[in-house]
Amino acid sequence: MTARRVVMALAAPVSAFAFSVLISSAVLVAVGTNPIDAWAEMLSFGMRLETLVETSNRATPLYLAGIAVAIGFRMNLFNIGVEGQYTIAALLAASAGAAMTLPAPLHILVIIIVAMLVGSLFSGVAGYLKVTRGVHEVISTIMLNAIAWAMVGYLMRTWLADPNDTTLNLKTREIAESGRFPNLNGLLQTFTRDIKGGRELGGFIIVAAVVGIVFHLYLTRTRSGYDLRITGLNPFAAEASGVDPKATVIRAMLLSGAVAGLIGLPEILGDDFKYDLSFTKGLGFAGIAVALIGRNHPAGIAVGALLFGWLDSAAPILDVRGDAPREIVSILQGVVVLSAVVAYEVVSRVRQAQEARDTAIATAVPQPAGDDRADAGVDQ
Amino acid sequence: MTPAIAVELTGITKRFPGVIANDDVHIRVAEGEIHAVVGENGAGKSTLMKILYGMLVPDEGQMTVAGDEVSFSSPGEAIDRGIGMVHQHFMLADNLTVLENVILGAEPKRRGAIDVAAARSSLEELGASYGLDIHPDDMVETLEVGERQRVEIIKVLYRGAKILILDEPTAVLVPQEVEELFRNLRELKAQGHTIIFIDHKLTEVLEIADTITVLRAGRTVTTVDAGDVTAQELAELMIGGDLPSPSTATHQIDDHVTLALAGVSVIGEDEREALSEVDLAIHRGEILGVAGVEGNGQGELIEAILGLRPLAGGSLIFNGEDIGQWAVRRRRESGIGYVPEDRHRRGLLLDAPLWENAMLGHQTVEPFAKGSLIDRSGARNATESIVDRFDVRTPGIDITARALSGGNQQKLVIGREIAADPLLLIAAHPTRGIDVGAQAAVWEELRRVRAEGLSVLLVSADLHELIGLADRLVVMLGGRIVAELNPADTTPRLLGSHMTGADVDDGGSPA
Repeated sequence: MTARRVVMALAAPVSAFAFSVLISSAVLVAVGTNPIDAWAEMLSFGMRLETLVETSNRATPLYLAGIAVAIGFRMNLFNIGVEGQYTIAALLAASAGAAMTLPAPLHILVIIIVAMLVGSLFSGVAGYLKVTRGVHEVISTIMLNAIAWAMVGYLMRTWLADPNDTTLNLKTREIAESGRFPNLNGLLQTFTRDIKGGRELGGFIIVAAVVGIVFHLYLTRTRSGYDLRITGLNPFAAEASGVDPKATVIRAMLLSGAVAGLIGLPEILGDDFKYDLSFTKGLGFAGIAVALIGRNHPAGIAVGALLFGWLDSAAPILDVRGDAPREIVSILQGVVVLSAVVAYEVVSRVRQAQEARDTAIATAVPQPAGDDRADAGVDQ
Repeated sequence: MTPAIAVELTGITKRFPGVIANDDVHIRVAEGEIHAVVGENGAGKSTLMKILYGMLVPDEGQMTVAGDEVSFSSPGEAIDRGIGMVHQHFMLADNLTVLENVILGAEPKRRGAIDVAAARSSLEELGASYGLDIHPDDMVETLEVGERQRVEIIKVLYRGAKILILDEPTAVLVPQEVEELFRNLRELKAQGHTIIFIDHKLTEVLEIADTITVLRAGRTVTTVDAGDVTAQELAELMIGGDLPSPSTATHQIDDHVTLALAGVSVIGEDEREALSEVDLAIHRGEILGVAGVEGNGQGELIEAILGLRPLAGGSLIFNGEDIGQWAVRRRRESGIGYVPEDRHRRGLLLDAPLWENAMLGHQTVEPFAKGSLIDRSGARNATESIVDRFDVRTPGIDITARALSGGNQQKLVIGREIAADPLLLIAAHPTRGIDVGAQAAVWEELRRVRAEGLSVLLVSADLHELIGLADRLVVMLGGRIVAELNPADTTPRLLGSHMTGADVDDGGSPA
């Protein structure tokens, strides 16, 4: 039973990935490239320690974005506004961090709290509009994205940009040493060789892992998480069971925004120590794809984030060697998302049918095998 | 002279996982008659009709239409043989006109464009020849329920149906609309159409049908001429040996009022008053039955008590406290159990395991919760004991609720509500759509908890269930309580006339 469950759980992502490789190979053949060469090149480059470090660094914000989106998805709320929430949270957290000096762990903690609060406040607007005015969250969060970008531009030009900066690249002031997140190079290098090329393994991956675990425990072990989950499964039954639908919408939006606020921090705290015009965009939207691949489950989202992170890190070799255009990886990522969604649906239907059949069989015989209830079904 | 046979079904068997919906069913419908198929909820009527209409394929058995053996794999094939079906839930596009709805999918074409003029004239012709009063250009969203049903009937006639299947057509109608429907049906019959009419309201069946086939637990019991039976005989045929008899066991109805409603008014989904100044009291150890044609305020009554719908006026006193402004959760925690009329919609998480379903509605209290955390082992143990005690047939508590048969799902829902030891149990159609065995178990359980002092608000469309179980009956019509009856001297016929307002309207007789 458990073995079969594991097989069933893996069937969808594995077949989706295999299918995507097949489709992208066909595209490569169509443009006259040998797909096997290209994949082999990516694989060997991708297994280098430096690429794996890069993978982890790219996967960290993707994972947080996936969790932020998944919190909404678990109760059928579509928080499309993760993009705007993390951008504005990153700007304000970076500015707040630069404006103060505190002892090391406290400084980082304050920056993290600022980022989560800003993200929450911003997504909370969408939640508030939904419960008071009935505005659908997809509409409001998309509009709030535009507002966030406009606000970032305005705040940078008026107040937050470093006045001593003379370059055209507007940036906030740098965060002091005490507010920087340590890297994990030391830890990693005790197990492996030295990491070359000045790369650092970002320490924020630990925060991301904690967020994933807390998310899982929240959903499965707390009453509040149960209420959120059952609202997604059946809002009518949830309401009749005593769940307040409005409070649950607000709570889910606030939590989603709080996690969204963290997305920009690996870059702010571990890499750039400031917000500037080259700050990474698009992580919120990528988070939707990652959440879809991961089926809104923290472990699945980790797989999705690592896969996307690895593909992004290994792809540049294709341009360098000229085997194939690196854009093939974008095709691969797109097809993975689509086929994962289809594969999950197929697997879930197969599982439903199988379960119904098993149940019918188990309850039709007078003494179900492996069932120690003596009275089960004796009067059939 | 024996009339020709329009439809004959022989030895039809249809199995679903865990349930046999039809078991060797035989039915023979003569041309030009109104043939009623009656049976309790879950007796297999709808399954049988879906088979005849090609929506389901039978596992065994033959069907003949006008003497030819047929097998349908889709409704399209049934329509080609002149069979049409009017579903209980209308399948109309609200934002199209009557005309557009009728021709949708069967548009008359002329040089590649829809021939609106031809459609209009044939529609008007149909309306005139059958006395079906409709306006082709009305938007469907503006129509009353009875008018929508006429559109559905015309839709079927427009496609050339000679044999019409109507699935519980009166369930959604008010009495005047029922009359109008029956007038239309008689007109159709006069013009040679054959009508198969599914229902479980016996007075209506006796009024309209020529021949009646009774189904029970998926089997044909008998076929009788409508003139040869009384409602009581029909009821006994439907229920068989399981006719619930008024309990003779002594039980305590004391003076303690568990729930009292005083002047409760509620605004319904359509912005109109759905409950008007309802006064009601349920005592400890009492089953209060609520009878009424569906949609006369019973749903809103339940929602008002649970807190799903705010009060527009009046007060709710539960166990001595005014709960009128309490949130749903607080009401449930204080001891209100709820068995919803539609277990899939309001009672279950179909894709969640049984143990998570068993805590639904009780997720804030022991043994399911500890503080603000879920007590997984407590919840699992409690689920095991519910499964045991209420005989829920399942291979385990980790399978999803979807995998269980309807009867077992219902036993789980009722079990979890009773196991939570409430003071008041709201049971809406507790035996709808479940097999006879499970039905008897549910009735037994309700009697047992009543004996322990639980108060039950029983809302049901099954008149025998109401008469057999309730200590006191009230009848709802148009959002008001129009009668209070003693079940000991009530018959389904009497109840039916109260439900349709036959003797409460001042002077006017709708029949």
